[in-house]
Amino acid sequence: MSDKKSILIINQSAPYGSNKARESLDVALTCAIFEMPVSLLFIGDGVLQLLNGQQPEALQTKKHEAMLTALPMYDIDCLYVTSSDLKQHGLQSEDLAVPVKIVEQKQIASLIQQHDTVLTY
Amino acid sequence: MTLHLLNKSPQSMSLYSNMLASLSDNDSILLIEDGAYGALSAHNKIFKSLPDTVSLFVLRADTEARGLSERVSALFEVIDDNQFVELTCQNVKVVSWY
Amino acid sequence: MTIEFDEEGYLRNLNDWSETVAVEIAASEGISLSEAHWEIISIIREFYQNYELSPAMRPLVKAVSLKLGKDKGKSIYLMKLFPGSPAKLVAKIAGLPKPDNCL
Repeated sequence: MSDKKSILIINQSAPYGSNKARESLDVALTCAIFEMPVSLLFIGDGVLQLLNGQQPEALQTKKHEAMLTALPMYDIDCLYVTSSDLKQHGLQSEDLAVPVKIVEQKQIASLIQQHDTVLTY
Repeated sequence: MTLHLLNKSPQSMSLYSNMLASLSDNDSILLIEDGAYGALSAHNKIFKSLPDTVSLFVLRADTEARGLSERVSALFEVIDDNQFVELTCQNVKVVSWY
Repeated sequence: MTIEFDEEGYLRNLNDWSETVAVEIAASEGISLSEAHWEIISIIREFYQNYELSPAMRPLVKAVSLKLGKDKGKSIYLMKLFPGSPAKLVAKIAGLPKPDNCL
């Protein structure tokens, strides 16, 4: 097992409206390059980052969905999303661009406990 | 044991909800900057369902600056910068909600 | 048509890239492109097309490994083809931006 510190990144921002979602994944990729175990948790509006079918060409900005699909190439395979927040937006796992583990809200606390460092975006 | 820092007023209710959903027993919450407004008694309902093991703090400099010194809810302990540092050391990790 | 490069030698406009341009960039880095180079260049360009990212070393190795097998999907193999800093060098020759997360 790696002796590197594990990091949990909590995403609570929708993409495109601010840079937060992008910054979050930048940090995730950078940590992964340094072989830190990275997990991503999407809660609140953060679940909206995961929607498939994003077409941001008219905004002349990079496609958030493309960056999400790159995560496995960086060995980031632990993506969590809360079922209540998916439901809040009327979404199901078929609406999502990448495979995620769906968790209950009460599991957030244990995810925080399981990681050495926690960042929010 | 996690210290949760929150720096927005209760207008950012989803930030409060996300933080509250992430709490474990024996965690602490410290309201800073505009978060200090969350310590007004009018917002007690946000925190009333928390277990007794969760401690609530608000940063003195931020309450004073905003005219909140006499208006902080009894649910909160007002702490200074040194106590903020101590609190940071006492907890295993710090999560910032901003 | 003049092609613009940034101060580090990366193409300013990704659409300026062609195989001829690649040969020129590679030559300026002292590399003469062989078939083995081209297959890596093609992989990194496909990576960029899919993910809108220039890969750092680890994901580049992984992408090569997935496409060409484990023998070529190794840092040492890429180091031989693109000495020094392969992720940066391949990106440069392939006309892609410098990898962000490559320190």
